[in-house]
Amino acid sequence: MLLIQCPYCGLRPELEFAYAGQAHVARPADPSATTPDQWTEFLYLRDNTRGIHAERWRHVRGCARFFNALRDTTTDQFLATYRAGESMPVLQQAGQKP
Amino acid sequence: MVDAALRRIVSLPTAAWLDSPVPAARFILRGAAATRAAAGQGFGLSLPETACRATTDGNRAALWLGPDEQLLLAPDGEAELIEASLARALQGHAYSLVDVSHRQVGIGLHGPRAEWLLQSQCPLPLNLRDFPAGMCTRTVFGKAEIVLWRPAEQVFRLEVWRSFATYVVELLCEIDRESVA
Ligand SMILES: [Zn+2]
Repeated sequence: MLLIQCPYCGLRPELEFAYAGQAHVARPADPSATTPDQWTEFLYLRDNTRGIHAERWRHVRGCARFFNALRDTTTDQFLATYRAGESMPVLQQAGQKP
Repeated sequence: MVDAALRRIVSLPTAAWLDSPVPAARFILRGAAATRAAAGQGFGLSLPETACRATTDGNRAALWLGPDEQLLLAPDGEAELIEASLARALQGHAYSLVDVSHRQVGIGLHGPRAEWLLQSQCPLPLNLRDFPAGMCTRTVFGKAEIVLWRPAEQVFRLEVWRSFATYVVELLCEIDRESVA
């Protein structure tokens, strides 16, 4: 079974986690100054990365916290996980295994 | 409150490793570190600050469920007392305290087979190195979400939402029967 490092609980089975979409999608600070196209982009448009993708996960059947992860979409390998609110960790070398 | 789930479990064939479920007072406390420290004073037991660990004085227990979420367990009938003393201790704090006494059922397992029985449907490693005495966590058992606590090496306590309780106990009994046959 795939193990995922929860930033609060440590290594845990994938079964306890839920995927929660792309990470670091910021809501426009001033909605009234935002064009419909920009709203559409914020609401609906997401990256479709081949390679390292920053995404939100939730340890729903554990501590229930949301956190962020860097995952390689070609290998399904988790390269790093970090708490919500923390900035994205810099990987030593793109694609390098931690 | 008449507890149908409890009655159904009690009516199941008795197993040597299964304890009859006992009603208990239960609370979910949400709050920051300062709030948890104050709550410990009101509860009479300091709350665990280490992830996935429980504290207990043998009578009451506090289980770490998440970085700001704790499950408080106490003997049945103490709910009002606890609510009042926590409200006093937490005056001025931002917190949430929810009485979940009747939301879930406490199931006790003990003996040398307990770990093996639970391991059959739990994805976490339950050996003593990975899941030592004193550890607790929310996880899954079969298709049900559970809170699993290991007060002692051969003693486990499950807290299961009441509608899943009979499923969990019947599944445990079935695993037990199959492994004996
Ligand atoms: Zn966790």
